[in-house]
Amino acid sequence: MSGGVTYVTDTMREAQGKWGENRTSPPITETDIRRWSIATFYPEKPPRIYWDPEYAAATRWGGIIAPPDFNPFAWSFDRGPSARLSMRGQRPDGSAVTGMNGGQTDTYGVPMRPGDAITERSRLIGWWEHEGRLGHTLFVRSEVEWRNQHNEHVRTRLSIGVRF
Amino acid sequence: MSLRFKDIQVGDRLPEWSRQTSFPEWNRYAAVNHEFVPFHMDDEAGRAAGNPKGAFGMGNLRYAYIVNALHDWIGDEGIVREAGCQHRVLNCKDDVLTVVGEVTEKVIEDGEQRVRLEINVVNQDGVPTCPGHAVVVLP
Repeated sequence: MSGGVTYVTDTMREAQGKWGENRTSPPITETDIRRWSIATFYPEKPPRIYWDPEYAAATRWGGIIAPPDFNPFAWSFDRGPSARLSMRGQRPDGSAVTGMNGGQTDTYGVPMRPGDAITERSRLIGWWEHEGRLGHTLFVRSEVEWRNQHNEHVRTRLSIGVRF
Repeated sequence: MSLRFKDIQVGDRLPEWSRQTSFPEWNRYAAVNHEFVPFHMDDEAGRAAGNPKGAFGMGNLRYAYIVNALHDWIGDEGIVREAGCQHRVLNCKDDVLTVVGEVTEKVIEDGEQRVRLEINVVNQDGVPTCPGHAVVVLP
């Protein structure tokens, strides 16, 4: 921190370390997975495991699975942890900060499949601030855990949000 | 066809995996990830967010390229168990992003044959943009 400026809010201080409320994704469909893989492999055709049920049935997975980075919450009405005040920070004048993705580490459990509904919980771990190329900048560390409807671990993401 | 654990050596390199990125790639990703952020869609908004070159790409798409490169390497029988990266340099329009990686360790852990790699995403100027790591499980 520099010159006493901080983008850290009381809401963040209160939320630190506490798991927030769960949210559950809409059921994943084959179309969701196919479109996701087309977008992320574009302009090449994605692997068949992501869109061909007949091919996928003959693999160790026995059916279509989603790419590891697939986001089942993309088109939810609840915009999730990054949109929540407890994760955002605020300028001293009350104006909104600009947010960017600083990076992440994901640990994966079982793959997501069509029909799965994923339940998420998240928490703010901590933060630090410094004066950088973008001026005063707040770095927010958070953890997001996903489980499927069988309570199997799907993914844990530790991420850094950049706020300036 | 999947890669086999016995065939991997420390020092092996991930086959290079490249994409040229601009609005055709970013707009598709915005559509599937509901990521319609102005600085990914509009040059003026990109400049206002600190990038003199204008709009810039999503960190999550660059991350997708990492896991896709890993999948194309290990095949359908392999598993990406862990992947991580730091977004150090912005992805500007028409950048050619190439995922590169090198095997640093082979271990048997929790009953799995795991291969650890150092990963990066290098742009067309040879600039490393996204240092990271990955762990894959192989049959």
